[in-house]
Amino acid sequence: MSYIRKPKFSHPGLQTNDLGLTRRDYEGTLTTLCGGCGHDSISAAIIQAAAEMSLEPHRVAKISGIGCSSKIPSYFLSKAHGFNSVHGRMPSVATGANIANQDLHYIGISGDGDSASIGLGQFCHIVRRQVNMLYIVANNGTYGLTKGQMSATADMGSRTKSGEEAQFENIDMATLAIELGASFVARSFSGDKKQLVPLLQAGLSHKGFAFIDVVSPCVTFNNTDLSSHGYKNTWENYVALSDVDFVPMRDEITTNYEPGEEKDITLHDGSVIHLHKTDDSYDPTDKDQALGHISKYKKKGKIATGLLYINQSTSDLHETQYTIDRPLNSLGADELCPGNGALNGINDTFR
Amino acid sequence: MKPTNIADPNYFHKVVDCQWACPAHTPVPEYIRLIAEKRYSDAYMVNWQSNVFPGILGRTCDRPCEPACRRGRVEEEPVAICRLKRVAADYKSDIRDRLPEIPKKKNGKHIALIGAGPASLTVARNLLPLGYEITLYERDPVSGGAMRTQIPRFRLPLEVLEEELHYVLDMGINCRFGEDVTSMKSILAEGYDAVFVGTGAPLGKWLDLPGHEEAKENLHTGIEWLASVAFEHIESIGKKVLVLGGGNTAMDCCRTSKRLGGEEVSVVVRSGFDEMKASPWEIEDAIAEDIPVLNFHVPKRYIIENGKLVGMEFEKVRKEIDENGRRQLIPTGDDPVILPCDDVICAIGQENSFPWIERDLGIEFDQWELPTLVNSRFQSTNEKVFFGGDSALGPDNIIRAVAHGHEAALSIHLLCEKQDLDDRPHPIMDIQGQKMGIHQWSYSNDISADLRYAVPHAAKEQTLNDINLEVELGFDEQLAFEETKRCLNCDIQTVFTDKLCIECDACVDICPTDCISFTQNAEEDTLRKDLLAPAENKEQDLYVSGALTTGRIMAKNEDLCLHCGLCAERCPTSAWDMHKYLLNTAKAVDACPK
Repeated sequence: MSYIRKPKFSHPGLQTNDLGLTRRDYEGTLTTLCGGCGHDSISAAIIQAAAEMSLEPHRVAKISGIGCSSKIPSYFLSKAHGFNSVHGRMPSVATGANIANQDLHYIGISGDGDSASIGLGQFCHIVRRQVNMLYIVANNGTYGLTKGQMSATADMGSRTKSGEEAQFENIDMATLAIELGASFVARSFSGDKKQLVPLLQAGLSHKGFAFIDVVSPCVTFNNTDLSSHGYKNTWENYVALSDVDFVPMRDEITTNYEPGEEKDITLHDGSVIHLHKTDDSYDPTDKDQALGHISKYKKKGKIATGLLYINQSTSDLHETQYTIDRPLNSLGADELCPGNGALNGINDTFR
Repeated sequence: MKPTNIADPNYFHKVVDCQWACPAHTPVPEYIRLIAEKRYSDAYMVNWQSNVFPGILGRTCDRPCEPACRRGRVEEEPVAICRLKRVAADYKSDIRDRLPEIPKKKNGKHIALIGAGPASLTVARNLLPLGYEITLYERDPVSGGAMRTQIPRFRLPLEVLEEELHYVLDMGINCRFGEDVTSMKSILAEGYDAVFVGTGAPLGKWLDLPGHEEAKENLHTGIEWLASVAFEHIESIGKKVLVLGGGNTAMDCCRTSKRLGGEEVSVVVRSGFDEMKASPWEIEDAIAEDIPVLNFHVPKRYIIENGKLVGMEFEKVRKEIDENGRRQLIPTGDDPVILPCDDVICAIGQENSFPWIERDLGIEFDQWELPTLVNSRFQSTNEKVFFGGDSALGPDNIIRAVAHGHEAALSIHLLCEKQDLDDRPHPIMDIQGQKMGIHQWSYSNDISADLRYAVPHAAKEQTLNDINLEVELGFDEQLAFEETKRCLNCDIQTVFTDKLCIECDACVDICPTDCISFTQNAEEDTLRKDLLAPAENKEQDLYVSGALTTGRIMAKNEDLCLHCGLCAERCPTSAWDMHKYLLNTAKAVDACPK
């Protein structure tokens, strides 16, 4: 870790957003992760995404579990709400928070250990429930915090730094999320902010459960040439299914592409995900095609990245559960305790 | 763009903006760090090697380094470089045992220096340790030149001046002071191996307006008047004084007048306040002594009553830019302004004058009466005659005279060694890695966010009543320390090794000022726009690497780099590292004997 604080001086030409804030205002504390950790690039991408979208920091909640990945929330949006929960239990806390206050933006940050091993059950159920949030897995294929054991996402045949080979089939988090009904599934790479930032912005604007699996190399314990999750392998084998732009609702689309080269997806809030140079006319709204593509690339040793799947017709948890559409903290005593009459009414329905 | 050649000494030298801007290329961050460590004598010697007069310059320098200081680009004001230099001089211990030894056995070469100002003394300082014999001619009975005659004692105390002059004079010079050289021919006839002319720009300009003849008794030129005050030939002035001109000499004249009995002293300039040539801090100091500056007043005539000067008439003008973009002063049509006065000091410029150099000696002069010099050798068209300081290129400042002295001394040495004067030695560069531990450096990268500290001044009631009382008290040790922490250590360079880079973006993410980008290579103009934050300041270079694994390049905008080392701290492969580049320009002593 660095001993000094990041100097407060910034580029004098740094842009301010609609709130009058610069990117620097979205930073958190100085990272204590290893220098070169992919997770720091994820923080930087979230900072850039949030600043560009003019997210109000105090309208964001950051929730994480345990692991290197789960330290990330400290390093961005220091003025947002945060909850560093129990190992693998971030989904429960995120679900509870979201039920209580659906007006906030929820950013859940987890790792491959936190979500694919100890928290795999929790992960599956939060996907099924369509909690309206952005769920990021910082995926490095290793248990970095305990010094480099194989994780459940390590590809078969990949080796740890100590030379051990992965002998079991890996869990592909993106495939799992699509299977379980996630309505927005993407994969990206911490080293490619050009792709990661618009995906984060789209995920934050998407209504429903948005999942991004980010390959985020562990520079200290899983960055050898024999690791499938190292920088070298990822730079060489990641394939973007399309270039992604995110156009916020308030901005006009000005870029023009050749017909057939582009695909626009308008989100519920009016903003647009702009896909261009799409790989063999990939259709991200087709679930079967998405699963087929991931599998096809995986067989070739490649990592399919970009917006893999999106479905805007599913309902989120609040809709399926007919909850009140206001945050619980805005309800008064009368609404929270509607009185005996209301209780009797409910009881009558069971008679 | 092609990968940057960091082996070129100029590349990283240019990144050290202060040192690059300093005519003598003083390694500024190096001495500032030494001051922070209270190693004042070491800091003094770093200065003395480069600029010869640290105590004098720490009070009087024109500070070309400060407008160049990077701190001024990331914050409001530059580091107080000049006044930190003074701290080194004020708090050092006796440094005489650190001065170069003068060989008892001489090298048989004899050099004449004409004029005992900063340029000549620099030549002497550089040549004496090499065994040269030096004869120094000076019109005045004492040495120092403009440093003694043009700078009032309340800005530069006599003991500071004498101390630093004596470091050079005590090396053993044949001083022929009080001897006005009237013929170059006779000097050359004495058979010197080389002659160096450092006689300054000794002629003050008069403002020849109606009434000049009658008013003459109460008219003065700035530089001659200041010299007379310095030698105590003048000890008073009238109650109402007008100082004409907006340069540093004018500022010294008006402040001196205040101390010699001037009660209503005003500075009057033709053009706008913003166009004044004086250093902003000198104007501030004058205004702080309640001296008004009247701008856009064009002098028209001296008003004489009963054969005596009683005032001056001015025409009021305003500024207009004509279609060619030239600034014009247009009369406003208002009534003329009459300013009463007892004395007028013309500080409107000074000129070179070489009536004592015969024109048949092979020394050519140009249309402005300045010697024709060969490139940067400071050698005239007579190969044995060299010029430096104001006498070489016209009126300028002390630090530039010192820089000329260094180059001229090197030229003289090369001439005497019968070497090619254009085959000049390369700068001396010392490169040292700064890594101490994983995230620890041998320099303090935790810079202060404080604004520039002001130098304390003595009370105005006291200083205005004593012409020898120094106005500036200088930083105390604590203030000096706080100010040193504002220095960004621009000489601790970010060095990038492309073969080691794994393109993890750690440096990009941590950089506080968005200097670092990984992008596709392009022509410089395109690249400057494609960076994470556009690099609009074209005076500052882009540091470009070779192609990386992905085919992209690393491009760093040197403009706003804080040299905080965080890129190198976060770099997992040491592709970024912090190296100190200590550069000293080559002096005569560094020339290799053949």
